[in-house]
Amino acid sequence: MRPDLEIIQQWVQPGHHVLDLGCGDGTLLDFLQRERGASGFGLEINPDHITTCMGRGVAVIEQNLDTQGLGNFDDGSFDIVLMTQALQAVRRPDKVLDEMLRVGDEGIVTFPNFAHWRLRWGLTLSGRMPESEALPYKWYNTPNIRLCTFKDFEALCRQKGIRIKSRRVVDGQHQNSWLARLWPNLLGEIAIYRITRET
Amino acid sequence: MPDTLPADSVGIVTPQTYHFDAPIDLACGQTLENYDLVVETYGTLNADASNAVLICHALSGHHHAAGYHSAEDRKPGWWDSCIGPGKPIDTERFFVVSLNNLGGCHGSTGPNSINPETGKPFGPEFPVITVGDWVKSQALLADRLGIQCWAAVVGGSLGGMQALQWSLDYPDRLRHAVVIASTPRLTAQNIAFNEVARQAITSDREFHDGRYYDFDIVPRRGLMLARMVGHITYLSDASMGEKFGRELRDQAYKFGYGAEFQVESYLRYQGERFSESFDANTYLLMTRALDYFDPAYEFGGDLSKALAAASCEYLVLSFSTDWRFTPARSEEMVNAMIAARRKVSYAEVDAPWGHDAFLIPTPRYTDIFNAYMDRVAREVGA
Repeated sequence: MRPDLEIIQQWVQPGHHVLDLGCGDGTLLDFLQRERGASGFGLEINPDHITTCMGRGVAVIEQNLDTQGLGNFDDGSFDIVLMTQALQAVRRPDKVLDEMLRVGDEGIVTFPNFAHWRLRWGLTLSGRMPESEALPYKWYNTPNIRLCTFKDFEALCRQKGIRIKSRRVVDGQHQNSWLARLWPNLLGEIAIYRITRET
Repeated sequence: MPDTLPADSVGIVTPQTYHFDAPIDLACGQTLENYDLVVETYGTLNADASNAVLICHALSGHHHAAGYHSAEDRKPGWWDSCIGPGKPIDTERFFVVSLNNLGGCHGSTGPNSINPETGKPFGPEFPVITVGDWVKSQALLADRLGIQCWAAVVGGSLGGMQALQWSLDYPDRLRHAVVIASTPRLTAQNIAFNEVARQAITSDREFHDGRYYDFDIVPRRGLMLARMVGHITYLSDASMGEKFGRELRDQAYKFGYGAEFQVESYLRYQGERFSESFDANTYLLMTRALDYFDPAYEFGGDLSKALAAASCEYLVLSFSTDWRFTPARSEEMVNAMIAARRKVSYAEVDAPWGHDAFLIPTPRYTDIFNAYMDRVAREVGA
């Protein structure tokens, strides 16, 4: 399993009801159901991913976060709401975060860090929009329309009264390195945040 | 039938009639003392009877869902596109049961059957049947066939309503409910269309208050009109536009009121053909069953409360251009399932054919149906 998913699954307890926003082919939910005894739904818009989910027994709802939101989910109806590598692709990440913590007690968010040194360096040297393993697209066709840095995200959380319960920073291979722990906003490529409402 | 049988066809099939002697109490308060159900089955029931799939038919459907009755048949069963070897409802893996519902006109006891008390056809005396009554009779059929728990109950439109009702009335007797192009209740507009259809039938002079059998006649015009208006609601503006546009049968306007446009002639033809093969009282009954269907009613309109009794998993599918039972109606159902913490998967399939899309195998529809049913089969070891 991808190391970031490995980290996330440790935070899910047996019996947890989980909502996975942008669940892809359902790998994580499938694992959580079978190995962690969790239940839940995935939301997805990619037709092939939806079919794969259905074939493997992951409950998947075709639903677009940008246009449909999460209005069909009741307050506090999930223990955990997950969003892996999708925050940067939604139109209003701030509103999605609010919604995540409305329908769930806890949120787990992962996204690529736009302040990683290689991206900074690439921009400085070439003067062109950076590309990387985590961000492999061209500026004109990228689905990642809301890129931010770890610092940006944490500032938004502070502003919104969202408490960061924990943060794990990994590199492009999703490995946890001591350097990335030391200077996350410079050396970390992907962060995994565990967030909740400030009580 | 084509000259050689396609490899993915169930082939020549023969319907069977099951007679039930025990009286069945109906939602309307009446009792049917005994009745027949006409049934077709495809595939083989496995040793632990875990691979059975029930097909529930829609308004004008019947037991003949797949294959051919004889080599002379022009067309296969109504859902042949989805039932057969290697098809989504794979008859190599599943034992498929398809029946003509009570009140139907294709062999199961209905308004055109002889009432044993009078020796004459029931006609208007035949009780109004509900979706719940159908499900009850289907459960008795399952008992007869030795099926304690269906791997899946599957249906489109009115058939989907039966699948949903199954999950509420017999939660431990099905593992999956597949609800396609359906709705948790009819809207005022849906009921309005049904009422036009009923008025067309009952105002036909040949209807004779439903006793037309006694006069050896059928209210053909009424039935034809009913079907014409119904048929319009099964198609989309776009699909009708593509099929007919404003095409004329001849080159120029005739400045009269005959069937000049192709779409007029098509509707008339479809209506006429239907009126030759369908019973008017059954049409009334089926549309009423549609109108009455509302499992949330007893729960103050809250479908999620009704779903608290359910335990099966659901697949809900809608079609983008279906304006009879729109994707929004399916989503209403899905949201209630989510609120009730039922396991549900949902997709809205892009298809131009309106409500009829559930009968037409488009790639995405087939992919989803295949993937889901494959998983159901694996789950029951089929």
